[in-house]
Amino acid sequence: MGKIRLVARLVSRDLRRRPGPAVLLVLAITAATATLTLGLVLHGVTNQPYQQTRAATNGPDVIAQIDPWQEGGVRVQVGQARIAAEIRTLTHAPGVAGYSGPYPVASALLRVRGLTTGIEAEGRAEGRASIDQPEVVAGTWVRPGGIVLERTFAAALGVGIGNLVSVADRPYRVVGIAVTAAVLPYPNLCFAAYGGCAFDYVGSINLHPNPGLAWLTEPAARSLGSPRAPLSYFLNLKLTDPAAAPAFASRYAMPWPNSPVLAWQTLQAGSGLLVQDEQSVLSPGAWLAALLAAASVAVLAGGRMAERIRRIGLLKAVGATPGMVAVVLLAENVVLALVASATGLAIGWAAGPALASPGAALVGTPGAPALSLSIVGLVVAMAQVVALASVVVSAVRAARTSTVSALADAARRPRRHGTLIGLSRRMPVPLLIGTLLIARRPRRAVLSAASVAVTATGIVSVLAFHTSVRLRSATLSNGLENPVIGRDEQMLVVLTVVLVALATLNAICAAWTTVLDARHSSAVVRALGATPDQVTAGIAAAQVLPAVPGVLLGIPLGIALFDLAAQGAGMTVPTPWSLAAAALGALVGVAALAGIPARVGARRPVSPILQSETA
Amino acid sequence: MKNDGDRYVLRARGLRKEYGNGEGMVRAVNEVSLDVVSGETVAVMGPSGCGKSTLLYLLGGLDRPTEGELWLAGQRIDQLSERALARLRRSTVGFVFQAFHLMEELTAAENVELPALLAGRSARWARQRASALLEQVGLADRATFLPSALSGGQRQRVAVARALVSEPQVVLADEPTGNLDSHATAEVLWLFEHLRKAGQTLVIVTHDPQIASTADRLITMRDGAFAAETRLTGDRTGNITALVGQARAYEQGA
Ligand SMILES: Nc1ncnc2c1ncn2[C@@H]1O[C@H](COP(=O)(O)OP(=O)(O)OP(=O)(O)O)[C@@H](O)[C@H]1O
Ligand SMILES: [Mg+2]
Repeated sequence: MGKIRLVARLVSRDLRRRPGPAVLLVLAITAATATLTLGLVLHGVTNQPYQQTRAATNGPDVIAQIDPWQEGGVRVQVGQARIAAEIRTLTHAPGVAGYSGPYPVASALLRVRGLTTGIEAEGRAEGRASIDQPEVVAGTWVRPGGIVLERTFAAALGVGIGNLVSVADRPYRVVGIAVTAAVLPYPNLCFAAYGGCAFDYVGSINLHPNPGLAWLTEPAARSLGSPRAPLSYFLNLKLTDPAAAPAFASRYAMPWPNSPVLAWQTLQAGSGLLVQDEQSVLSPGAWLAALLAAASVAVLAGGRMAERIRRIGLLKAVGATPGMVAVVLLAENVVLALVASATGLAIGWAAGPALASPGAALVGTPGAPALSLSIVGLVVAMAQVVALASVVVSAVRAARTSTVSALADAARRPRRHGTLIGLSRRMPVPLLIGTLLIARRPRRAVLSAASVAVTATGIVSVLAFHTSVRLRSATLSNGLENPVIGRDEQMLVVLTVVLVALATLNAICAAWTTVLDARHSSAVVRALGATPDQVTAGIAAAQVLPAVPGVLLGIPLGIALFDLAAQGAGMTVPTPWSLAAAALGALVGVAALAGIPARVGARRPVSPILQSETA
Repeated sequence: MKNDGDRYVLRARGLRKEYGNGEGMVRAVNEVSLDVVSGETVAVMGPSGCGKSTLLYLLGGLDRPTEGELWLAGQRIDQLSERALARLRRSTVGFVFQAFHLMEELTAAENVELPALLAGRSARWARQRASALLEQVGLADRATFLPSALSGGQRQRVAVARALVSEPQVVLADEPTGNLDSHATAEVLWLFEHLRKAGQTLVIVTHDPQIASTADRLITMRDGAFAAETRLTGDRTGNITALVGQARAYEQGA
């Protein structure tokens, strides 16, 4: 009991005496755990809204879209009798518990405010359907003269309740906006008339490109059909065993092509594809973020090493066993890591829905995603590993070094890089001071260079992604904004903010440890006649000089990383000016972040530092 | 005739330094007035905590007085900006500390060169000057050693060489032998004696009566103020020379 109290006292005193490094450590681990949580929860987040929509609309287990064209060398129309027979086969198949439809679907052109786009107009009764009754989120359901638009499509068109549109040159008033679980959200297609499902599809089919989904009254839809453009049909099935839907769908596939029979699981996965881009960006992003956080932790650990080893020496000198010393060392970090992982989990969990909003195709916005026990376990474990790794080196060194040399501060002795020192002699004073600081801690400089390289890699690949998104299809071939691109851009902004925030934290950690480590040297240098400005500039230079190779390395790495993430979709190189701006911005940022603590340090009077330190 | 500004390297009037405020206020230096003429050697003694170091740091512009006037090399410095103080220090003051304060990662020669480089001298000039000074302090053969490979006395001789590299008008030494044994003390003592003879202005804070006895003037402090001031006669230096001779014989024998 006494021992536990002693450990608690030692930990709390240490935290109170040096809150700065503890706060930075918590921030770094929090950032890492938040990103990790986000990455993990995003994998599950997409299912929930689909499920909600499916429940609200009594969505089908299987949807068949029957196309009247039998594709071949020549387009041959399938007779109505054949279609009726196929529908009968499906509705009477074993395992079918109920059905709605068949509903006539017409391909037509919709015009509004100078925009022309294709639609698939599904004819519906004015009453409720037993299966797949689209959930009206605004206005009302179909009625004569009125059209109801699917929500993502309406959003892309920028059309609301009360607007007039023309369909096949006939006027309709938009009376409602609705969502469904039976069709994929815009602009991904799953329409028979378009040859089945095409994800992230842009143009090229000789029908009207990028059709959206709309509902009309059944007579209105039927009236749009013509011998040249015959109607197709939607048939919604409920099975006794919804889990068997994929097997059912493949068993009862249509005997003619282009007429998909889709299981709800396929549609669920397809609606998840909307966030696929987000996921493909987020997972390398999460890795970069984790690397940056780890670099911050390493810098902090390195900065505290000397102090830790001396503390261990003191504890051993007054009779603490090596086990006791280890407990004291570890306890503090276990506590900090727990605080950090709890915060990180909360942030990641809260931010998940904002990032993963699968668009307006489904009911409402997704609620907070489920934090499974395994995610929590994984995140907490990661935080503990990172935090403990940061003390393990000290602990091992402490166990190896004798009490005497631990007290004598042997660990603190700086390294020496002769070539750099030689070089520094020919430089102007600020660079001379900066180079001396780097020569003193070459490993820290390498670590700084590495973390700048990681940041630059992330930012350059974000730029490359941005460029590729621009090249790809900022607008659909019908002139509408591609809603997927909008979400991609949003995601990129978020990722950039996360990376820049982490990089800032990292730069602060590095600058701060350098300032602390250089306390004595800068006091001596000032006693010898260097001005505070020169010392400030020197410390900033010690951060900026390693950042230069870091930035230069990050540019090709970033392009390569994007190439890898895009799976060879073609090399994309961001514009030179954007690269130059990013590189310059990074260097200026590093200098500014180092300058602030350096300036604070350089303002302090020299004499107390020299009197208190005996190096 | 020289005017005051040239004759006095250091002048202080009513110098005061206070730490903290209210009940916990400490007056480390209290109403000190002092004139140090060019070429003079002044020793400051007194019990621990009486304010010797604080006074020395004030004189060298490393810290600013709470009150009082202070001239260094004819320039009023108590109101100068930190930057201007640094510039002035660079050219006029050399410091020697009890704790040496050498840069651990720099060799002896690099440590000595540093102030010259900071003052904007060329690398070549700095190197030549450093090797000449290391020669003077008897460490020519240790120029490429790191401080950790030098004895305490040798480290302090490197520190003295560093203090001299920019030809300062005054060298301020804070217990330069405080961390040294008697043999190493003798090494450093000999060096200061040499400086005194060469006409270097020196202010040395010390607990060591032997060092004090080499000075032209001895000031005794108590509670931040001057308690006594003695002008020493020249014949006391005799036994110091003997001591230095001893040290050299020891060094050659070793
Ligand atoms: N930064 C500070 N804050 C508060 N008090 C201080 C500070 N620095 C010194 N003092 C106080 O000022 C007084 C003089 O200190 P100083 O270091 O000048 O003494 P000293 O004569 O050099 O002592 P020693 O011979 O032990 O080196 C002491 O009482 C000390 O406690
Ligand atoms: Mg002192």
